[in-house]
Amino acid sequence: MNARQSILDKLYQTRDLADFIPTKAEAPKLPTWNDQQKLEKFTQMISAVNGEVHSCEKNNWPHKLLEIAQQNKLGNLLHAPQTEWGAVLAAYFQATEHQLELLEYPQSIDEEGFKEKLFFSIDAAFTGSIGAIAETGTLIVWPNQHEPRLMSLVPPVHFCILEKEKIWNTFAELIENAGWQKGLPNNALLISGPSKTADIEQTLAYGAHGPSQLIVLVV
Amino acid sequence: MSNSQKYTPNTSATSHIPVRQNDFNHQAHDALNDGQLRTNFRRAMDGLIAKRTAQFPDSDDLEARRLHAEAIRQRCLNKLPQLLEQLESNLKANGIKVHWAETAEQACEIIYGISECHQAKSMIKGKSMVSEEIELNHFMAERGIDCLESDMGEYIVQLAEEKPSHIIMPAIHKNAVEVAKLFEDKIPDHSYTEDIDELIQTGRRELRKAFFNADIGLSGVNFMVAETGTLCLVENEGNGRMSTHVPPVHVAVTGIEKVVEFLSDVPPLYHLLTRSATGQPITTYFNMISGPRGENEKDGPKEVHLVLLDNGRSQAYADAQMRKTLQCIRCGACMNHCPVYSRIGGHAYKTVYPGPIGKIISPHMMGLEQTKDLPSASTLCGACGDVCPVKIPIPSLLQRLRIELKRVVSSNDPQQVNMKGAGAGYNAIEARVWKIFSWIYSSRYRYKMLSWMASRFGKLLPNIGPVAVWSKVRSKPVPANKTLHQLMEQRSRQASGQSNGSDK
Ligand code: SF4
Repeated sequence: MNARQSILDKLYQTRDLADFIPTKAEAPKLPTWNDQQKLEKFTQMISAVNGEVHSCEKNNWPHKLLEIAQQNKLGNLLHAPQTEWGAVLAAYFQATEHQLELLEYPQSIDEEGFKEKLFFSIDAAFTGSIGAIAETGTLIVWPNQHEPRLMSLVPPVHFCILEKEKIWNTFAELIENAGWQKGLPNNALLISGPSKTADIEQTLAYGAHGPSQLIVLVV
Repeated sequence: MSNSQKYTPNTSATSHIPVRQNDFNHQAHDALNDGQLRTNFRRAMDGLIAKRTAQFPDSDDLEARRLHAEAIRQRCLNKLPQLLEQLESNLKANGIKVHWAETAEQACEIIYGISECHQAKSMIKGKSMVSEEIELNHFMAERGIDCLESDMGEYIVQLAEEKPSHIIMPAIHKNAVEVAKLFEDKIPDHSYTEDIDELIQTGRRELRKAFFNADIGLSGVNFMVAETGTLCLVENEGNGRMSTHVPPVHVAVTGIEKVVEFLSDVPPLYHLLTRSATGQPITTYFNMISGPRGENEKDGPKEVHLVLLDNGRSQAYADAQMRKTLQCIRCGACMNHCPVYSRIGGHAYKTVYPGPIGKIISPHMMGLEQTKDLPSASTLCGACGDVCPVKIPIPSLLQRLRIELKRVVSSNDPQQVNMKGAGAGYNAIEARVWKIFSWIYSSRYRYKMLSWMASRFGKLLPNIGPVAVWSKVRSKPVPANKTLHQLMEQRSRQASGQSNGSDK
């Protein structure tokens, strides 16, 4: 008998023998906030774990991004001009004078030399988000064909844009209402701050394996 | 990587978990005498307890959430086989390959088989306690495949050729100075520093090369969602994302109990998990994987495999009481609050899962012969049960295991659960003593007789056997001159005498 059948048989055969009646309990009441409070809560929570939040206008955020990039002496930035926000960014950079080299993700990570470049010489990446969660200061990021998984992970600085009307109260509220049950992308992420660890003496250190800086541009 | 070659776990391939029988007392004794270890643990546990407390300011809210989480876990366990089948079919539909393993060996064989298919030479690992449980690193190393741990704590432990001492914070037994020395010894081109940021940056640099080169990435799983066919991973460092997104093949390995029915079951459990574990409102990353790299996608693994491991879980499942063991979401709060664990640390248990959860799950994985000392390595203070976010009644499960350990195993008792190693602690003399005890205590006259004798001659109790052990660091117990019954009788006589007197 194969392992699958054997395990399932054991579980099926024992389940009725054991008089195990699961307890029942209602979901506790979850916090809700108004739009202004949600933004404040989000900002407070993500800032507490070293996320940097900048509130911008719909028309000046690329300027803000450039400013931060210059302050941080970033040499290059990975972006996806095929996306709505990426296109705005690309247009702004075309019309502006700057030293920042704009890069694009090639057709595939396996393209000659790109993986090495991504791992060892790309300074920053810019991606969109599909919203946020106020309670925990969390960005919701769905990687896609234009902004693949490694964009928000490998470069040391991650810029992420967030539309302030898209902030949920809690993760539970999001799951209840966003229809994710109908189908999830191959990868969905919740990101709450830059990468961190407390594995040495419980002392917090940022920039463990993922980005050491997470910069959120709220529009 | 040079350091991974240096790593050879000192265990035999057959008994996957290194256990020297009846060794707990000695291990505990040694640990108690290690001042540095005790300082490291005390400081860490105090910190974790305070952080957890700060996350739950409202005790009513906490209780409501625990009840809800308990209900979710029990509902899902009650449907475990159905949910596993649903999960499997949804994962398959999403393009994830599912494997089943009854034992640790089978799981290792499966993972090795996948590696062989891809002619893998190196494996990078995100944190996975189940991979510790199956001793995967050792198995793969014997077959020429290097496994490198990428969680900072696991990496430190692997460099030190040790085992994790905590399920959430593997290197919690070490302080910064110890890590500094270790890195200086083992990592080329790294010069001594006690600066934690610098140490972490060194780890980052070393491991980045390994992520870049690895042929296979391995991870554990925190929740598997049957409804959508999704694997959820909880982490702070990004090594879990690196291990699951960078190499061309991702293998996830986890226990069969980790499945939940609905996506909506995840947020309440996740809410409690991170707060109970490290006192964080959320971890940096919550990584939900529902498929390998799609046709249009530019990165991500081309293959994703899931290995579902039984290894004794179905034994716990078979018993209505012990089934609750499987509610565990591996937050580690029970060990952080355990007076035994916080004094002796994780290594003294000699089991992959230490502390209270280890004491109730290890007997199912390893059998009671191998874990004889664990059910009684507890003060039954109840702290573990009080903090457990899914309300596992750990103390009563320990009591149950004590009974299983001492039971007279008979082959014709249909009620008897089929527990590996049941009766391993049976001792004929002890059983006889308890028989006599119950014979005396079940009769009023015999009981009176005994207590009379104890109060008269108790002082003559010879200082041998258990009495000698007890009195080594305590004074020898001396029974009182009068029994409680006698004292009570005396009191009521006096009282009635007095009240009669005042009536007159
Ligand atoms: S038994 Fe409870 S407290 Fe202990 S690790 Fe499991 S869920 Fe956490």
